[in-house]
Amino acid sequence: MLWIAWKMLIGNRAKYLGIVFGVAFAALLIAQQSSIFCGLMALTVSQILDVEGAGVWVMDPKVKYVDDVKPMADTHLYRVRGVPGVDWAVRLYKGIARARLEGGSYEQVILLGLDDATFIGAPLNMIEGSIDDLRAPDAVIMDIVGYRKLWPDEPFQRGRIIEMNDRRAVIVGLAKARKTFQSFAVVYTRYSQAIRFAPPERKVLSFVLAEPAPGVAAAELAGRISAQTGLQALSRDDFLAKTIRYYLRNTGIPINFGITVGLGFLVGTAIAGQTFYLFIVENLRQFGALKAMGTGNGTILLMVLAQALHVGLVGLGVGVGLAALFGWSTRSFSKLSFYMPWQVLVITGVAVFLIVLLASLLSIRRVFIVDPAIVFRG
Amino acid sequence: MPPTVPQSSAVQVRGVTRDFGSGDAVTRALRGVNLDIPHGELLMLVGPSGCGKTTLVSIIAGTLQPTGGEVQVLGHDLGAMSPAARVRFRRSNVGFIFQSYNLLPALTAVENAAVPLIIAGWSRARALPKAAALLDRLGLGGRLTNLPSELSGGQQQRVAIARALVHQPRLLICDEPTSALDAENGRITMELIAGLAVRPDRVVIVVTHDQRVYPYADRIATMEDGQIVSIEARRRGAIGAPPHHT
Ligand SMILES: Nc1ncnc2c1ncn2[C@@H]1O[C@H](COP(=O)(O)OP(=O)(O)OP(=O)(O)O)[C@@H](O)[C@H]1O
Ligand SMILES: [Mg+2]
Repeated sequence: MLWIAWKMLIGNRAKYLGIVFGVAFAALLIAQQSSIFCGLMALTVSQILDVEGAGVWVMDPKVKYVDDVKPMADTHLYRVRGVPGVDWAVRLYKGIARARLEGGSYEQVILLGLDDATFIGAPLNMIEGSIDDLRAPDAVIMDIVGYRKLWPDEPFQRGRIIEMNDRRAVIVGLAKARKTFQSFAVVYTRYSQAIRFAPPERKVLSFVLAEPAPGVAAAELAGRISAQTGLQALSRDDFLAKTIRYYLRNTGIPINFGITVGLGFLVGTAIAGQTFYLFIVENLRQFGALKAMGTGNGTILLMVLAQALHVGLVGLGVGVGLAALFGWSTRSFSKLSFYMPWQVLVITGVAVFLIVLLASLLSIRRVFIVDPAIVFRG
Repeated sequence: MPPTVPQSSAVQVRGVTRDFGSGDAVTRALRGVNLDIPHGELLMLVGPSGCGKTTLVSIIAGTLQPTGGEVQVLGHDLGAMSPAARVRFRRSNVGFIFQSYNLLPALTAVENAAVPLIIAGWSRARALPKAAALLDRLGLGGRLTNLPSELSGGQQQRVAIARALVHQPRLLICDEPTSALDAENGRITMELIAGLAVRPDRVVIVVTHDQRVYPYADRIATMEDGQIVSIEARRRGAIGAPPHHT
């Protein structure tokens, strides 16, 4: 019987494509908007993601998200190192600095100061120069997108000078960094150097990055550090989640995207529901014939659900495929951030499933009440 | 209740009424119909348009419920059955041929003819050859994989005949099987129904307006205004051969 249902469905090419188009459109809209939303959320945590190798972030107890830096006294580093279960712990400076370019104009940059000995948090992907070049006096490395923003259409010049806090900084390399939420250029330097580029402050330590000893879970170590030092210690995952939660709660981003995704859902339900409903209504006579010949309502329900599921799956595939294609084709525009984790696929799948379920429930009543005697009418 | 009719009656209709609508707008489609049809008979049901022929055969086939009266078909009391039981009854006992064929447009000829077997739970691998063999006997062996839209009206009606008989039902209901066809195709169709369908253990009911097919009947019941007004016995010619007009 499912085979008959399938034949009925694809037998009418135009109708079939219409329904699939409706579902695909909804899936595209939902997947694409959710992916841009995820992309934006990923931007907010890009600087956490860019620091590899450290399982635990330690910060001032009042820090709410990664860009909300509250400087701590340098001595906290040693207190963290003293916590049992800490394999190693290093400093990380993170702040906003004003960079003066050759022409005299000022640009804000994100300044990252890496531990002088280990360079923990250094970019993994160097495009020009090498990370060891940071050992030279006044040396900084800039992210390539930022460099292109400050000097559009100019090739990389090794040794280019910018000034921060009236001190010379020499650009010795270019690195790849994840896009940041503020979309400022990112400047990497040694910790000892960074505190001289930064505006003078009494306390300068932004974060302590700690790695648990083998056999110790990051979350467990974070708990220990918090308890012992009174600082806020979070596993990398928890810090990601805390930052994203902050943006979700305190910005209009989720509402705006929620509205678009909801509209996609409504439009998809309307288009897919209507075309599917029309398909069912046009086939009432066929369903009537099947009922006259002894097909029960349970089987009819199965047939309609199978038809709905079929268009749902095909529409989902097409829609998500198109969304992925969209993301892939816009990957080089630095303005748009597109990130499609598996959760987007699940959300889109659930939404599409609901759409086709609604569509089939809307139409199934018509099939249930169709009088099998309909077939006697000419 | 003890049976009041001979055992040989396959269909017993007792005082059946059927109303459509309610209040002032009520239509009395059947006003107390009594009818007995023995096994092996081809009964024709004739009468003016709107006299209730389709309503009566729908009730006998179990696709429509009477407002009053009793219907026994092949030993089943249709009125006492649950809707689900009536569905099962139709599945295994009833074949249908309609004026408007009612083939599924997306299915090929052989697939359409196999539908009752599929509904009965047969696999396609078993059902399709059986349907193909029957279509072959109906002269459509070369048209098995054509869609209904690629077949003439007469060919579509022959596919419908195959579909009506493929599961060997004991009751065959034909509602105006020839009225959408020209004279020649109508004759062929009726000949096939009379020749292939009539069997000692089967009841065939043919609703028709078409006087040219009367000779194929064993009996002709005439309806008027929701009632059977006369039943005329005929002697049908040899099965499959067109009888002579007298
Ligand atoms: N579903 C229905 N709803 C309302 N009235 C109906 C319905 N079906 C049949 N009727 C009415 O019942 C009466 C008998 O109809 P029926 O279809 O049985 O006639 P018929 O003898 O088959 O006519 P025809 O030769 O035109 O097919 C008619 O007056 C018709 O309008
Ligand atoms: Mg009729």
